[in-house]
Amino acid sequence: MPIRLRRRPQPDAASAEVLIAGRGLTLEAQGQPVLDHVGIEVRRGEIVTLIGPNGAGKTTLVKVLLGLQRPDRGVVEKAACVRVGYVPQRFAVDPVLPLTVSRFLDLARRCSPAEKEAVLEEVGAPALLARSMHALSGGEIQRVLLARALVRDPNLLVLDEPVQGVDYAGQAELYALIARIRDRRRCGVLLISHDLHLVMAATDQVVCLNRHVCCSGLPEAVSRHPEYVALFGRRAASELAFYSHRHDHRHGPDGEVVPLTAPHSI
Amino acid sequence: MPILDDFIWRAVFAGLLIAAVSGPLGCFVVWRRMAYFGDTLAHSALMGVALGLVLGLSPNLGTLVACILLAVLLGLLEGQRRLPGDTLLGILAHSTLAIGIVAISTMTSMRVDLMGYLFGDILAVTKSDIAWMAGGGVGVLLVLALIWRPLLAITIHRDLAAAEGVPVFWTRQIFMLLIAVIIAGAMKVVGVLLITSLMIIPAAAARRFARTPEAMAAIASLVGVAAVGGGLWSSFRWDTPAGPTIVAAAAVLFTLSLIASPPSGAGSSSG
Repeated sequence: MPIRLRRRPQPDAASAEVLIAGRGLTLEAQGQPVLDHVGIEVRRGEIVTLIGPNGAGKTTLVKVLLGLQRPDRGVVEKAACVRVGYVPQRFAVDPVLPLTVSRFLDLARRCSPAEKEAVLEEVGAPALLARSMHALSGGEIQRVLLARALVRDPNLLVLDEPVQGVDYAGQAELYALIARIRDRRRCGVLLISHDLHLVMAATDQVVCLNRHVCCSGLPEAVSRHPEYVALFGRRAASELAFYSHRHDHRHGPDGEVVPLTAPHSI
Repeated sequence: MPILDDFIWRAVFAGLLIAAVSGPLGCFVVWRRMAYFGDTLAHSALMGVALGLVLGLSPNLGTLVACILLAVLLGLLEGQRRLPGDTLLGILAHSTLAIGIVAISTMTSMRVDLMGYLFGDILAVTKSDIAWMAGGGVGVLLVLALIWRPLLAITIHRDLAAAEGVPVFWTRQIFMLLIAVIIAGAMKVVGVLLITSLMIIPAAAARRFARTPEAMAAIASLVGVAAVGGGLWSSFRWDTPAGPTIVAAAAVLFTLSLIASPPSGAGSSSG
């Protein structure tokens, strides 16, 4: 089976302006370390994907970067021009609160119906404007959330698991959409995912987090496995890749770092 | 206004005022799951009455001060982890109510109509009460209109709103103060034990007929107005206590809302 290796084109990614950076971020909760000297950087036009197991501190890191939570130590540096568009994890409107998509978009910024139509068009969810937020499918909710983030014309998108509640084929589509939005708007994107395989083709930098940064770097290999093609169709499959990287340590049952050379009994 | 010389019209006027303002505010109480918070503030109002009498202030002012103080205290205590939120509210609600009753009962020098405070005494509303209510009501609606969008944003998703730059703490704090003001104003109408119902029952009845938050607020106001109208009429007709009759009328309207079929396109299952 031929494996084609390809480096994604990254026009001046390394020289682009840093939009947001966290340095030495450390946070404890109930005596347990949640973040341990975490450093991260997102540049304009760059997609940075944060991966890691459940409880790795991905959402906490994002909240600290957004200023929603204060770190015990470390600093967050934001460029003066930064305007954030945020898609939070776990989003549901309480059924007791009636809300249309149109009113929901209004909350980010008062905008005309034409503007709302345009942004819904951009995220591939046209004709939802008059719909009730309670009548949306998982994929539609994620697209509407994306639209709300875009209404503010952000230059930094922060997306916490933007494909949750979406079926597998739809997930690949959403990641492709995020890549297109980045191309069109030249914004930086910080993306959280726990899916190791799906995100990689649409990402420039990968940060593997497990309370501390285990490793970070460029995604390297693109897989064109026939089974992927069969599952997702050719276009989606071309967005698929896996991220080959090397760990210099593993994690014990409590998440503590164990050198790879240490003998383990399992 | 000469019409206010008649105690019945004073009662109608006060009731409609409170009902109209309670509609939008009550919607937020329902959406933010703050019914118990409202109850706690209402219970503390009785301590405010006692406070007012002790300090020689008017009971209205005492109530307002007590409710505002408690609202600020609860706002600051939000996020504490020592006690579950509803336990804390329960402690404050019942201890302030108990202390209020004890304090009032020790004031032998004056006759205080405890039942009036507990269940309302809308027929004893004075012109100055109405001036208080009208001023407070208009003020509350104005402020609510100003914070409507940020308050709605933090109600739907706190972190999303905060990331978009909404001042979460102050928006919430101002909202709590609005509840405090409306509770102080509504005490005469339905009494401290029944005030919360005037906020949450019309809002709950309005839910199925609204597609937007604003529509739900407007419908809740109408339901509240209808409950006050129907309740006062029934109370005159059958000589029942006005406050409880108003609440009972609201309950009847809520029950009817469950039976009535909403106009097509409204409600949560549309689309």
